[in-house]
Amino acid sequence: MNVAAAVRRPLHPPPVPASPFPYHPGSLLSIMDLTVEGVSHILERATALEDMDPLKRDDILAKRRIALLFYESSTRTRTSFELAAKSLGADTTLVSNLSSSIEKGESLKDTGLTLRALGAEAIILRHNSSGAAWLLEESTHLPVLNAGDGMHEHPTQALLDLRTILTHLRDGATHVTPETLAGVTVTITGDILHSRVARSNMLLLPRLGAKVILCGPKELLPEIAIGAGPGIEIERDFEAALRRSEVIMMLRIQAERLAGLQLDLQEYKTSYQLTGQRLAALAPQAKVLHPGPIIRGMEITAGVADGAQSCILEQVTNGVAIRMAVVERALLSAQQGARA
Amino acid sequence: MTAIAIRNGHLIDPAAGVDAAKDILLKDGRVAEIAGPGKLKMANGAEVLDATGLTIAPGLIDIHVHLREPGQGYKETIASGTAAAAAGGFTSVAAMPNTTPVNDSPEITRWMQAPERGASARVFPIAAATRGSRGEAVNDFAALKSAGAVAVTDDGRPILKDSVMREVLSAAARTGLCVIQHAEDTRITQGASMNLGPVSFKLGLRGMPAEAESQIVERDIRLVTELRDARAHLHVAHTSTAAAVAAVRQARRNGLRITCEVAPHHFLLTEEHVGFYNTHAKMNPPLRSAADRDAMIEGILDGVVDAIATDHAPHAAHEKEVEFEQAPNGITGLETALGLSIQWLHKEWKMPLGRILSLLSAQPAALLGLKNRGTLTIGSYADVVVFDPRAEWTYRATDSKSKAKNTPFDGWTMRGKIRWTISEGRLVYTGA
Repeated sequence: MNVAAAVRRPLHPPPVPASPFPYHPGSLLSIMDLTVEGVSHILERATALEDMDPLKRDDILAKRRIALLFYESSTRTRTSFELAAKSLGADTTLVSNLSSSIEKGESLKDTGLTLRALGAEAIILRHNSSGAAWLLEESTHLPVLNAGDGMHEHPTQALLDLRTILTHLRDGATHVTPETLAGVTVTITGDILHSRVARSNMLLLPRLGAKVILCGPKELLPEIAIGAGPGIEIERDFEAALRRSEVIMMLRIQAERLAGLQLDLQEYKTSYQLTGQRLAALAPQAKVLHPGPIIRGMEITAGVADGAQSCILEQVTNGVAIRMAVVERALLSAQQGARA
Repeated sequence: MTAIAIRNGHLIDPAAGVDAAKDILLKDGRVAEIAGPGKLKMANGAEVLDATGLTIAPGLIDIHVHLREPGQGYKETIASGTAAAAAGGFTSVAAMPNTTPVNDSPEITRWMQAPERGASARVFPIAAATRGSRGEAVNDFAALKSAGAVAVTDDGRPILKDSVMREVLSAAARTGLCVIQHAEDTRITQGASMNLGPVSFKLGLRGMPAEAESQIVERDIRLVTELRDARAHLHVAHTSTAAAVAAVRQARRNGLRITCEVAPHHFLLTEEHVGFYNTHAKMNPPLRSAADRDAMIEGILDGVVDAIATDHAPHAAHEKEVEFEQAPNGITGLETALGLSIQWLHKEWKMPLGRILSLLSAQPAALLGLKNRGTLTIGSYADVVVFDPRAEWTYRATDSKSKAKNTPFDGWTMRGKIRWTISEGRLVYTGA
């Protein structure tokens, strides 16, 4: 038998099956769950809900039950989801890993089923393990909103970042197309490897026409990152990246996820810290974003964080509007009947 | 013991070079007679199985299974695991020592083979190479061998220390046992739960680099080269990377006694099959890149791969219904190996059926030195599988004879349906 010929002939291996996720049309597990049109819809609803009379807004989800399930500490995400749900009139309950049966060893599946039995109609999940939101959705078939899963995704952060970018670069447009951000370069700098914010942004922004530059040292930004999707490039030289950027997104070094990785922080600051000097010299018009928490004097100087180009607190404010839209979508999609 | 005559079937016995219409008579646990159709002379009083349109082959041999006993009977027992083996056409399985406690003693080795275990297939224990599989103190291989161990390994806990691995290889060579290595440099795979690559990055999971496997294979080959005169035999378990297969291929050209196996999931699936954190696609070694998968197919087609072995690794349902990173490694495989091999290697990729059967019986028997198995010559053990090589069917995990249902192949189309499995003359499985 001519072995070489046998091997070279094209082999048709078993196909990868289509994903059954999301089971529920109201779920937001990954930013990739949304079409560009779906993104527009959320942006439009965010603005509409923000502008609405609070007393009227209160009726939208009056007395509906939403659970916040948090396995990691959080200030911004938790508070803004809670405020968003309450602004729509929903009842919320917070379950955290430190004051619940999770401490006694209850599994995520059982915790989810328990919340569902208690009447939760949607679950907002923050978890330290990548993929936890998928497990929860599969277990409960409830709408699940991914509020950050391990190193994987944080879709509502990408949406609120987008809203912030649109406010400054596109007059607050709410209708987006694959060309909306054509000509815009966004540099994401720092601990890309461990960042769910980076992953959701690098998957969303290129779909609206933006170029995404990833910037950081090899330890925090492996070459394989380039394969995450189209429209992504890697630039190790921070200053070269700054020169090309309309938007600069800085990330915290996630000490809790370094897992033994040795990093010379002094060297890191020398190469990658966003200082007033660098900003003024290389990107004087650029907008500075940071998902928080910021570590002043580490990835960003206090001057830049508080400076005129900083949009960091605006991002926080946008979080509430975006999450109102996402929470509304979760429960109102449910009324039209789940797919599963 | 009753006699069984299998008539009107087509016998494929790769080791004996037989591929012809034959009737076969099994008596007292051995093959008693083989003759042309209707020509058996000693079949009087034998139970007759009509194998018209069916293939008769040596019972399959899986040299890499986890039967979980002693100690983890909630996942699988020797009885349930070998029932699954019989349903998959296997009559011999080699059981890995990562039980509780670890099988590092003649007592446990004997316990696993005792009739009280209720096995439907012959169980060949593979004993731990080191005490407690801790990679330090080397066990007494001669004692383990006389208790029935057919090889030694610290499967799942690779032997990293050069000095210990060298001692294991040379002690095993003296005893005439093969050393099976789960090749993984665990110093560079800590916290990792899938293959390192674009997919692991995208999923936010820590990845195991291909080098974690290939570097240990290369290190082991170097040690075997140093022990050349001792004729040490190294067997690389569940090979999953192109680099590891290439290293084995080269070592064989250099005349070293190095063999390797590939699991069906590694010649069929890739890291893309992890999908969104499907824990039934989590095993160790992990599903690799498409290039690695293609290298496994190439290795099987060009002959460098010596055996198809399933790495049958049953787990309880609740253990897999957890966060991907928390889930234990492993999938079941005994009931799907033949059906997948015929569907893909034979039907899709045109590998002759006889070569597939050889990888599932004759070659693994030779590799572990299982005498009178993996072939159906007169006097061999009456280990037989009879199947319809053309029948298509759908695998349903819920119908599994295994206690565990953790398979990525639920709902897959299989080809080659088992009609009867006979272990040492005993009918242990009858298919629909």
